[in-house]
Amino acid sequence: MARNKTTRESRLFRRWLRRAALRSALVVALITVAVFFIIRLVPGDPAVMVLGEHATSASIEALREKLGLNLPAARQFLRFLQNVFLHGDTGESIKYGVSSRALVFQRAPVTLLLVALSMLVTLAATVLLAFLAATHKDGLFDQIIRVVPAFTQGMPVFWVGLLLILGFAVRLRWFPVGGLKPGFGGMLYSLILPAVTVSFGQIPPLVRSLRERLIAVLDADFVTTLKAAKVPRRVIFLRHILRNAFIPTLMLLSVNLSYLIGGTLVVERVFAVRGIGDLLFEAISNRDFPLVQAVALYCAVFVVVISFLADLIAHWADPRTLT
Amino acid sequence: MRQLKRPRRGALTLGVGLAMMLVMIALALLAPVICRFDPLEQDLYAFLRPPGGLHPFGTDQLGRDMFSRVLYAARTDLRIMALAEIAPFLTGLFLGMIAGYYGGWVEWAVTLATDTFIAFPYYLLVIVVAFATGAGVHGIYITFMLVGWLLYARVARGATASLRESEWLQSARLMGYSDWRIIWRELFPNVLPQAVVVLMTDMAGLLVIIVTLGYLGIGVTQPTPDWGTMIAEGQNFMTTAWWLSVIPGLMVVYTGIALSFIGDGLAEIWEN
Repeated sequence: MARNKTTRESRLFRRWLRRAALRSALVVALITVAVFFIIRLVPGDPAVMVLGEHATSASIEALREKLGLNLPAARQFLRFLQNVFLHGDTGESIKYGVSSRALVFQRAPVTLLLVALSMLVTLAATVLLAFLAATHKDGLFDQIIRVVPAFTQGMPVFWVGLLLILGFAVRLRWFPVGGLKPGFGGMLYSLILPAVTVSFGQIPPLVRSLRERLIAVLDADFVTTLKAAKVPRRVIFLRHILRNAFIPTLMLLSVNLSYLIGGTLVVERVFAVRGIGDLLFEAISNRDFPLVQAVALYCAVFVVVISFLADLIAHWADPRTLT
Repeated sequence: MRQLKRPRRGALTLGVGLAMMLVMIALALLAPVICRFDPLEQDLYAFLRPPGGLHPFGTDQLGRDMFSRVLYAARTDLRIMALAEIAPFLTGLFLGMIAGYYGGWVEWAVTLATDTFIAFPYYLLVIVVAFATGAGVHGIYITFMLVGWLLYARVARGATASLRESEWLQSARLMGYSDWRIIWRELFPNVLPQAVVVLMTDMAGLLVIIVTLGYLGIGVTQPTPDWGTMIAEGQNFMTTAWWLSVIPGLMVVYTGIALSFIGDGLAEIWEN
């Protein structure tokens, strides 16, 4: 695939790279602006919202000062940009009095692990199920696979989590009901059920589209030729078909990443996992604006960067996707 | 299923979906007539009763009848779902058609806006906006007004752009029709079916969002019955009273299935 890259392909690739980099930069810029406006969406005075109706006017004034709400709008925005670009920060957390970035970074590892684990589960299940469906096209299993998305798309992710807890933690006692067990192994073990929960809703639509692509590959002329040449089935499968299916799967995952992150945040709540999602909801109930802004900013930038990388790998590995 | 021709299968799917949805809507509308109990009435002598007998869906920790709570919650959630979808649907359709028809910087701006929001984790966005605009039904409407139109804009733009260079639109232009007339009389009827199919999927998604916000405590608030808050409350009693969380969730799933059957059915019928 990547071996016989022609000059035309590398030109296309460079053009894509330029455009995608520009677009990602623009998206990050827009996200930054959007995050700035979060606190400005609040009807009335954000300082009053934080401290409550009965706070003294002195303490409200002090908070307004701290959040920079007394500055002219242009200066506020400048200060915000300074914080973001020089310190990678959206200011001090109101509740903890420390940099909001530090708090995000402290909670990030668990969430990243959960995201990675969910991706792994999603990927493994998708490839396996799509293969089974595609190789037994129109069979019973294939028919089932095709209607499942109608059933799963309306399932709230937190409710799926509760059902899994009910079944696998409460009844069967295979997994802890919530929280994290000590040690890396314990953490991994505690994150299995949350990861399955996050993946659950993602898998059916992914299976549906991968199945279509696989069927196209299975029907392709080169597979017929390989079969005619008496190449062992296993070799055709692993060397040729799997390879061709990998790229579209990768691109699907990149599209799905933002849903995955969103699901992760909510699922952390269900399983009492103290990651970024937990931090977000804690910040929300404390009305800790700088912290909410930091979580939003970091999550969004993470999605942009990872999607860009996934597309980069896909296009690099298979220039045919560039057109 | 395989033997049926596509339009017939589409009609069947659509019929089942519509029937399921009508049952749901009828139950919600008739809730005051059907229910024997007030959804807010507490009965501390009959708390956490399992489903059966007088209380077909059991009672909650305060002895409130789950059956009437679930039906009254349907009134709340389905109403919000339908109302919140109107403005984004129309705005998105309109902007998308304009973008697709004129191309140029308008198209570029709409594409950039949709790309930005797709990069933003949707749930995070909804949660943050709902939080900033203040919890409650109110926040849901504002949130959805801000973000809901993007999906329709994307669909309408794509559909319009694919028709832009068609001979049939070219000839409409040659006939001297105004852009306005072309957009409303020629493009709109062609873009609408696709948008309606998307509407069905999106409504199911919106219902899940409404329920999720309720679950997180930043959506519909107490004491208004809502499936999300019911699931959240039931979570505390999960080991002893499974029905508190499971039944409201099943309602959401049922509605989602009905909507996606309607969407799939319409898509199959219109494809031919």
